[in-house]
Amino acid sequence: MRNMKLATVSALSLAAAGLPPATAQAEDLTLCWAAWDPANALVELSKEFEAESGHSMSFEFVPWPNFADRMLNELNSGGKLCDLLIGDSQWIGGGAENGHYVKLNDFFDSEGISMGDFADATVYAYSTWPKGSPNYYALPAMGDANGWFYRKDWFAREDIQADFKAATGRDLAEPTSQKELLEIAQFFQGREIDGQTVYGAAIFTERGSEGITMGITSALYPWGFKYENTPGSYDMEGAVNSPEAVEALEFYKEFYQTATPPGYTNSYMGESLDAFKSGQVAMAMNWFAFFPGLYADPNTGGDKIDFFVNPPQNQAGSTLGGQGISVVAYSDKQDAALEYIKWFAQPDVQAKWWDLGGYSAHKSVLEGDGFEASAPFAGDFLEAMDAVQDFWQEPAYAELLLAMQKRMHDYVVADQGTAKEALDLLIEDWTEVFEDEGKL
Amino acid sequence: MSQTTLDQAAQATPPRAARRIKGLSDRAIAWIFVGPTIFLLLAINIFPLIWTINLSFTNFKANRANRAVEYIGFRNYERILTDSDIWLSMQATAHFLFWTIFFQVLIGFTLAWLINKKFKGNDLWTTIIVLPMMLSPAVVGNFWTFLYQPQIGLFNYVVAFFTGADPSSFEMLGSVNLAPWSIVIVDTWMWTPFVMLICLAGLRSIPDYIYEAAEIDRASKLRQFFTITIPMVLPFLMLAVLFRGIENFKMFDLVVQLTGGGPGSVTELASINLKREAFEKWRTGYSSAFAIILFVTVFGLASIYVKALNKVKER
Repeated sequence: MRNMKLATVSALSLAAAGLPPATAQAEDLTLCWAAWDPANALVELSKEFEAESGHSMSFEFVPWPNFADRMLNELNSGGKLCDLLIGDSQWIGGGAENGHYVKLNDFFDSEGISMGDFADATVYAYSTWPKGSPNYYALPAMGDANGWFYRKDWFAREDIQADFKAATGRDLAEPTSQKELLEIAQFFQGREIDGQTVYGAAIFTERGSEGITMGITSALYPWGFKYENTPGSYDMEGAVNSPEAVEALEFYKEFYQTATPPGYTNSYMGESLDAFKSGQVAMAMNWFAFFPGLYADPNTGGDKIDFFVNPPQNQAGSTLGGQGISVVAYSDKQDAALEYIKWFAQPDVQAKWWDLGGYSAHKSVLEGDGFEASAPFAGDFLEAMDAVQDFWQEPAYAELLLAMQKRMHDYVVADQGTAKEALDLLIEDWTEVFEDEGKL
Repeated sequence: MSQTTLDQAAQATPPRAARRIKGLSDRAIAWIFVGPTIFLLLAINIFPLIWTINLSFTNFKANRANRAVEYIGFRNYERILTDSDIWLSMQATAHFLFWTIFFQVLIGFTLAWLINKKFKGNDLWTTIIVLPMMLSPAVVGNFWTFLYQPQIGLFNYVVAFFTGADPSSFEMLGSVNLAPWSIVIVDTWMWTPFVMLICLAGLRSIPDYIYEAAEIDRASKLRQFFTITIPMVLPFLMLAVLFRGIENFKMFDLVVQLTGGGPGSVTELASINLKREAFEKWRTGYSSAFAIILFVTVFGLASIYVKALNKVKER
């Protein structure tokens, strides 16, 4: 009893001395994301938050092939591992409808955070649900798109340039269309350079998670692919299997068969980076997020590398990557997590984020003087973000994605059926999903 | 000595407790011993099974806990049994199952027969042969993907050495025709030693005097093999087939590591398909029905097989 009294007196004394209330206690926040280069940059950046706020940060980074599995299991089971989650753009529908993410509108209003300060495409893709509505479940954290990089030193060699001119009748330069891209890749396929056989390009063909879909949509979008005839109608016949979509899919298969290294049947980000860094390919597709690391690579970076946006065909189009940062609804530390978001949204923090290798989506960074000159890929990034398209962001996105993975891999890699048949089957699969969802 | 210990234990037991235990029937004491096991069995086997059967008649999705769950009768079963993709995965499973068992029994028995001969270094060879089955399937899958790599893979170079083909002219994991065989090769490499060990146990259980009697009767080596060795090892072989059959019917890790079910879906075995439906697409009701179908299939086949095995043993 005496101890109890002492404790009460002590507590009252401390409170009177002006110590922070219980809600402002230092917390240990856990931020979950994929394990890749930008995650390391975020660890570095977050040290400032720790110093300013008194909170400490822990990180749970999961390799990309397991990221969706691991994190969606965590959310679906109401897990408390993550206080903050930088989740993929396609998760926003499920995150919002299933109550996994905290709705941020009131918080943004009270803290004066304006979505108008962020690039429109990123707000639309990473933050809103239903799409385009002013209901925000994430703050744009990492802008990203699928782009290309190539061996600038090979492109500059006179003997190679002469051979290319002789073969195609035009100068060897960054492609301005998808068909030029294929032509260049085919030119390099099987060519001897410095005594080594090299190949055209590394593209995405991975079966298990999202790889081949992300690769193929990089061809579909420039051809003018649409998911629905009318947005929100789920009317896919004639859109998903349009003649343009069929042509784009046939193009991607030809690319795979004629311009990629042998054994490139199940390849995604890591394989693309390895193929390029080992000097195996002349070009490679990958996410802009990797470009700072590629440029810094001592063997194939610097003067030897350059970058270009996904080339247009019938129109400009790039596959959207990137993520928004959300507060997990099951977290017991939501106040501290919101503090982190408030801190992260500041223009000076966003500028540091870009400097460290993260892709800020804040207009103060993207529209700032000298942004385009700040990195050799910065201009391409801006161009890509002007024409990005994303996969379905529906709550049932995983079913939609896996159906596409299967149909595309069956056609492109396993060489089964025609492009039209693959897209027709895809419509059947997607129709079944939307029927189950009660949307058709 | 044990009597003394029992007496001491009896004396140390407090009188009331002793009376209580003394009053229990044999059946009650048996229940006390068996009860915890039965409880665990019910909790971790029977209850989930019943719950899975229940879910298989619903449209439940584990990632959509807020959505109303509807009972849809046999619709999930109907969809599965009429789904051509499911049948393709069952076909892939059957191909994998048949050929892995065929090769493992053939090679495993041959190795056991050779090892059973007494020669110098016999033990060392046995140890070397059983090494693959001691490795983790994830490790095996990973290094075989390198061995199968068309540009640098040792497997392709060995094949090229014997056939004269260009090593990078064929892709074991990327070709629709070769990928199903590539997983058969790896599983055979890994699990043949297991079959060999069981066969070896069978061979060593045959008493020498039977062969000696056969020699006296002037039975040829071939006749001894077919009339003594094979019949006496058969129960062991059948046991090995049962173990490998059940294991390979639910094969997942090794194949996922090697091909991920690809190219396309040619190596997407039933278990991989089931995992995708249950934990990637989150079609819990549908995947429960699929799991029940697989369970009934394995259980039914295994029951028939065990009966056959018992008959062979009785002979």
